[in-house]
Amino acid sequence: MGNKRLRGILLPVVTLLVFVGIWQAVCAIFEIQTYTLPSPWNIAVTMFEDSAMLGEHVLATFKLALIGLALGLVIGVAVAVFLHIVPLLREAFAPLLVLSQNVPLIALGPLLMIWFGFGWMPKLILLVLVCFFPVALSILVGLGQAEPQLREYLGMIGASRWERLKRLEFPASLSYLFSGLRIAATYVVSSAIVAEWLGANKGIGFYLKLKFNGFDQAGVFGSIVCIVTLSFLFYYAVVLAERLTIRWRPRSQGDWKGASS
Amino acid sequence: MTGSLVRNTLELSGIYKAYTRGKQQVPVLSDINLQVKAGEFVTLIGPSGSGKSTLFRLIGGVERADRGTIVIDGQEVSGQRGLISYMPQQAALFPWLSVRDNISSALVTAGASKSEAKQSAMEWLERIQLGHVAKEYPHVLSGGMQMRVSFLRALLMKRNLMCLDEPFAALDALTRADMQRWLLQLWEADRRSVLFVTHSIEEALMLSDRIYVLSSAPATVLREIAIPFERPRRADVWTDPAFVELKREVLALLEYGDSMIG
Ligand SMILES: Nc1ncnc2c1ncn2[C@@H]1O[C@H](COP(=O)(O)OP(=O)(O)O)[C@@H](O)[C@H]1O
Ligand SMILES: [Mg+2]
Repeated sequence: MGNKRLRGILLPVVTLLVFVGIWQAVCAIFEIQTYTLPSPWNIAVTMFEDSAMLGEHVLATFKLALIGLALGLVIGVAVAVFLHIVPLLREAFAPLLVLSQNVPLIALGPLLMIWFGFGWMPKLILLVLVCFFPVALSILVGLGQAEPQLREYLGMIGASRWERLKRLEFPASLSYLFSGLRIAATYVVSSAIVAEWLGANKGIGFYLKLKFNGFDQAGVFGSIVCIVTLSFLFYYAVVLAERLTIRWRPRSQGDWKGASS
Repeated sequence: MTGSLVRNTLELSGIYKAYTRGKQQVPVLSDINLQVKAGEFVTLIGPSGSGKSTLFRLIGGVERADRGTIVIDGQEVSGQRGLISYMPQQAALFPWLSVRDNISSALVTAGASKSEAKQSAMEWLERIQLGHVAKEYPHVLSGGMQMRVSFLRALLMKRNLMCLDEPFAALDALTRADMQRWLLQLWEADRRSVLFVTHSIEEALMLSDRIYVLSSAPATVLREIAIPFERPRRADVWTDPAFVELKREVLALLEYGDSMIG
């Protein structure tokens, strides 16, 4: 078991290293110019030179994304639970919730800026929206999926509505919640970047725009490295939280993505 | 009420229930009359689909009968929940609760305080030799062990009537026989009023004071049979000629209905 897990981590890492190595070799052998394709070494050097500034920008983006994700999660769970316990509202709003997923939230960015200016407010609203929909929708589905036998059992012993929610529906929806949260975590960083690109004075999106306008290709790649790393961190934090929360299931082995539903 | 009168824990009179299927009214229960006396073990036996689980849902207050009355401990209780304890066919344990918490949370629903519920769950788990799995999640338990936990959960709820709906149907024959003896032992020490449902004639004869044989849907009571064997039941009661005779009688009822027998 330990062997399989280790391999599951080691293999992608080795693959990545090989890829970077080939990239470096190609750049060296064909003497590709930095403004066409910077070599990994160029990128690393640029990142190191910029590290103080880059660190600040990464932190700004991290904070923005984290607050957006947290608020989206809290509001999403609250709205979903509310819709669930008021069937009339659920029937009224659930289809709209599905539809609203098709609104390209990025297109809302400029609108939000018009309404709320260029501060953190419009960006945060955008991120909350990005996280809210997948969370609310998946948990709303999950709340209705509880096992009929358990539902029947609670009915037969006369459990209250609150007990049914607390003891059955909410725990049963947790794995749905986490799959929604994984989607949210995937989108939240790239959405933050876009929001910062549209208008900001800090964050990696801002840094990216700066480097892009300055034809600093190595800087652009440096931002990409930061963005990918940050996204991965968010995603993996959710996977880890899921593992720590949902411990009652026999875990499928070697599945590093956690319990995929 | 005088001492000589045995109180009825449950009285069903004239219960009628139909479901709408498409445009049709399909009767499921037709004029069911039965009683469970205090401390009595009563079994319903009938073909599958005859409406036994439906009857349980009416008693539990999850659904309402179209006609008839349900009286528990002297009160008409149609549509009222929270008066019975219940054990379904599948163990129906909550996968995210430990074995102990599965029991204790049901006791809390039945009105116990959290701490006394946990304590009593733990004590009883130890008494039935399941103390070592009290902190485990249910999925690590075998089918028979899950059933024991599920039965204990029903037993410990402080309610006068226990409704057990085919609790052993999913178990293999050996585990099942084992479970029957185990259940008898616990029940004989406690003498709660029990309404039990089974498909197995042997199981019914083995466990009950009285059995009601039901017809296929729409279900009605074909015959009420008092089981004469002494308590505590001997494990080899099935070798008794009277046992064999009763078994033949019930089998004939289930196969041919009331018409073929006088
Ligand atoms: N909610 C329902 N709606 C319609 N028909 C139902 C419903 N519940 C049970 N039935 C029907 O009632 C009949 C009796 O079911 P049930 O009480 O589960 O039987 P048993 O427990 O004796 O096997 C079956 O034919 C079943 O299809
Ligand atoms: Mg049934």
